[in-house]
Amino acid sequence: MSLRLLLLAACFAGASARAGEIPPDQRRSGYETMSRETRAIQDDDATNPGMLSVLDGEALWKRKAGAADRACADCHKSMKGVAARYPAFDPARGRPVTLEQRINGCIVERQKAPALAYESKELLALTAYVALQSRGLPIAPRIDAKTRPFLEAGREAFHRRQGQLNLSCALCHDDNWGRHLAGSPIPQGHPTGYPIYRLEWQSLGSLERRLRNCLFGIRAQVPGFGSDELVDLELYLMWRARGMKLEAPAVRP
Amino acid sequence: MARAVVTVPPRARRGEIVEIKTLAQHPMETGFRRTQTGELIPRDIIRTFRCSYNGTEVFRAELHPAIAANPLIAFTTVATESGTLSFEWAGDNGYTVTEIAAIKVE
Repeated sequence: MSLRLLLLAACFAGASARAGEIPPDQRRSGYETMSRETRAIQDDDATNPGMLSVLDGEALWKRKAGAADRACADCHKSMKGVAARYPAFDPARGRPVTLEQRINGCIVERQKAPALAYESKELLALTAYVALQSRGLPIAPRIDAKTRPFLEAGREAFHRRQGQLNLSCALCHDDNWGRHLAGSPIPQGHPTGYPIYRLEWQSLGSLERRLRNCLFGIRAQVPGFGSDELVDLELYLMWRARGMKLEAPAVRP
Repeated sequence: MARAVVTVPPRARRGEIVEIKTLAQHPMETGFRRTQTGELIPRDIIRTFRCSYNGTEVFRAELHPAIAANPLIAFTTVATESGTLSFEWAGDNGYTVTEIAAIKVE
C-alpha cells in the first residue's frame, strides 16, 4: 500500500470516529451546551417559566370535566415514572402513542369531553404536570415484540435523508454534535426535557413541535401532529436516550 | 389564566438583604407582529410592576414591548420588620394580578 493510500485511510478513520450511534457514556443532554444564564433559569423552579404551565396543569388535573363529570385526579394518584416510558404501546390502536395522545384518549373515553388540540395551552399544561412527576428518573420506553417494529421505523426515519437539503437527523445529531450550525451548538438531540419552554418560542412546546421545526428547517415535508411517522421517531429518540434523566419542563434557547 | 409566582425567603435576619423573585404569566405581545394574512396583532403587554413592603413601595418597574413573555423580575430589599410584601402587575386589556407573601424578620 502506498503512503498516499495509507494517509487517505487514516483520514477516513478520523472522519468516521463520529459516525454511527453515540456510545452511552458520551451522551449529553442539551442542557450541557446551554449558556450559564439559560441553565440558571431551568435550575430554579422560581425562575423556570415552564412551572407556570405545570401549575395550570395541576389545576386542570383536579378539575371535573366532560359528560362523565370526572377529574383526572379522581382515577389517578401519582403519575411518577409515567412520562419516562412514553411513547407506550396502546392495544386499542395497535401501535405506540405519545403521552399527549394518551392524555387526550383518556379525556375523550373517560371524561367524555372533546379532545384538546395539539400544542394548546391546556394539553401542554397537563403534559408538563405529568412529566414533572418523572423529573430525575431514567428514560425507559418499553421495547418488546409489539413495539420493536415501530422503533425500527423510527430508526429508519432518523437515518433517512430527506427534504431539499437532503439531510438526515443522524447527519447532524449523531455525526456532528458539538460542532456549530450558524453559531448555535448542534445538540445530540435527546428528548430529556419535554415539554420544553423554548426561549425562541416564548412558550412551552412539545417534542413534535420541535421535530416539525427541524424537518421544516431541512425543507422536508412536515408530518402532522400525532402522525405515525412522528410518533415512531419519538419512540426511537426516547430509546436512544434510554437511561438519561428526565428534566421536564426543561428550558432551551 | 393569569398566574404569578413570587418567591420570598420566609424568614430573614433584621437588616439582611433578601432576594425576591417574581414570575408573571403573560404573552407580552409586542403590537408589532402581524398574522399570516397581514393584520396587526394588537399590543398586549404588562405596563407596570410594583412591590410594597408593609405598605411602602420598595420596587417599581415599567415594562415595554420587547420584554420577553412571562417576565421574570428579581430584585433585593432590606428585611426591616415582619409583615407582608404585596406585588401588583398591571397592563393592557385590564390585566391586573396581585400576590402577597409573608416574611418573618428576627
